[in-house]
Amino acid sequence: MAEVSFNGVTKRFGDAVAVDGLTLHIPDGELLVLLGSSGCGKTTALRLVAGLEEATEGTITIGDRVVNDIDPKDRDVAMVFQSYALYPHLSVARNIEFPLRQRGMAKDERAAKVKEAAVTLGLDTLLGRKPSQLSGGQRQRVALARAIVRDPQVFLMDEPLSNLDAALRVQTRADIVALQSRLSTTTLYVTHDQVEAMTMGDRIAVMSHGVLQQVAAPEDLYARPANIFVAGFLGSPGMNLLPGKVVHGPDDDVTVEVSGGSVPLPTPWRFAGAHAGEMVLGLRPESLRLDPLGPLQAEVTIVELLGAETHVICATADGSRLIVRQPPQAAKPAPGEQVRIAIDPDPAALHLFDAVSTQRLAGP
Amino acid sequence: MTVTSLGVQSGAARGRTARRSRLLREAGLAYLLLIPALAAFGAFTFYPFFRNFKLMLYETPPVPGLPAHYVGLHQIVPTLTSTQFTQSLLTTLVFVVLVVPLSLILGLVLAVGAHRKLKGIGVYRMIFSSTVVSSVAVASVVFGTLLNPVVGLLPWLGINPSPPALENSTWALPAVAVITIWQFLGLSFIIMSAGLQSVPDELLEAAQIDGAGAWTRFWRMTVPLLSPTIFFALVVSTIYAFQSFGAVDILIGYQNAANLHANVLIYEIVTTLQMENNPGAAAIMATVLFLITLGLTLLQMRFLERRVHYAN
Repeated sequence: MAEVSFNGVTKRFGDAVAVDGLTLHIPDGELLVLLGSSGCGKTTALRLVAGLEEATEGTITIGDRVVNDIDPKDRDVAMVFQSYALYPHLSVARNIEFPLRQRGMAKDERAAKVKEAAVTLGLDTLLGRKPSQLSGGQRQRVALARAIVRDPQVFLMDEPLSNLDAALRVQTRADIVALQSRLSTTTLYVTHDQVEAMTMGDRIAVMSHGVLQQVAAPEDLYARPANIFVAGFLGSPGMNLLPGKVVHGPDDDVTVEVSGGSVPLPTPWRFAGAHAGEMVLGLRPESLRLDPLGPLQAEVTIVELLGAETHVICATADGSRLIVRQPPQAAKPAPGEQVRIAIDPDPAALHLFDAVSTQRLAGP
Repeated sequence: MTVTSLGVQSGAARGRTARRSRLLREAGLAYLLLIPALAAFGAFTFYPFFRNFKLMLYETPPVPGLPAHYVGLHQIVPTLTSTQFTQSLLTTLVFVVLVVPLSLILGLVLAVGAHRKLKGIGVYRMIFSSTVVSSVAVASVVFGTLLNPVVGLLPWLGINPSPPALENSTWALPAVAVITIWQFLGLSFIIMSAGLQSVPDELLEAAQIDGAGAWTRFWRMTVPLLSPTIFFALVVSTIYAFQSFGAVDILIGYQNAANLHANVLIYEIVTTLQMENNPGAAAIMATVLFLITLGLTLLQMRFLERRVHYAN
């Protein structure tokens, strides 16, 4: 077990910067999810820890060792690849045994370890098969078994669930979390799937264009996104983002004027008036409801029925998209209808971002 | 009810007829398109192939102008037991053993060396594969010069066999083998390179993280995963080595080949046919060569394919 740190790590491929000045500390035993869309640098960050890429600048430490110049095989990390990377010419048992054999472990000890890992992952009846004779889920478990069998300091997982079907993914997700929490091995888990990130991570690190945007526990990340990117990226559908301006009214009233209406700011947000200028107002779809007395006006464009909920997709006067998430029993407006939208009175339902720096303004 | 089922049956029968006539039309078109290829193969491959079996049954008198006469299977045993043939067969086997392993190993080593993401690696790939496009005549002239006892590379290296390499019964066959290896190297390199492209990088990376050093990764991952390719290259290079002719003809020639133990089977066949005007014996030897090649290919397929690991 060990902690992992990135200290000002940059990785360039020619002129392209894949990871830009990443500083991140993962405490011992944590499951940290690196989340971002493809090309954001999350996999490169993982490969830097594995030693499959060399950092252009900065240092990476595992435990108390700076590992920049240490061979992948000596870093004591185990990696689960997206494609599982099982050795196709070796049986399941030999696949799981491979890392132990490379470390020169005695035969009896090897056999015991392989057995233990196979039992843990329910593979004990498949040990004689070749990877080509296994289903996707079974292959995935072999890859996990090969990772846990040698009891490494760090697990590195690169989108290990993306090749599984939806139902199996939910099951395996839970299995991995349970396994990780039982073994308490520091884990870096890369995914582009925010549901995976939210459900699995002790903390989530959101990356975009090689830059770390925010690291926080899932609930904090959702409740207080640090910038416009994180706000829009997390949540399905993502946060509604309306460009607007802060206006000071009489009696210390402060409102945000956006296309479609003006939203009064509750007390905890009033300080924002000091920043009077271009803002972006963020509203989660679940904080909105259709209400004839609501402050915002928009035109309904599409109504999506998802079974458990309904998304009413609207457009404000300037064309900004505004999505309202409704319970399924709520009245459904027709496309083309003009509606008014009310906002949850909880001050935490509002998010304000500086339009220029895109950073969140301190609020509740 | 009856009317309906009859209607259905006749509809199905009509469908079958239509399908059959469509298949016939398609087959007709296919054969039409095959005619040019069949004509070329027929004239230059199938006809000579079967004609060869006929030639085996006739003996041509050593005096030019006299007609060949039918001897049935009677000249097969004398031909196959002649020193000329047995020595040539032995020479060929030695030649194959010299050429095949070396050209495969060198091709693999070069392919692994060039399978890197380095700047300018394309130049090396081009150089390594260039021997494919050099003709056997050019290669023979170049190597003939290199092996020249006066201006060649051997004296420069301090090696001065006497008589000179290409006139020396110890050196002649290895010299021809070197040229053949060099010539086949390009193809071997291309085949191995293509095979390496199909070995996923992630497997080697996984092995690296699992603790395998470069040597282990090569032996425990690359070679097994490349075994279908190596198997294919083995078959191709064996056939290639069995059919070598040009280098012997250009560098050693009819006068010396037999004396210098360099008369590989195909060379023996050609000289028997042309110099000794003995088509019957040549046809028998050609058939033996065909059977050896066929047998080897079948043997390799049967025994080696079992140990070949195909990826998913």
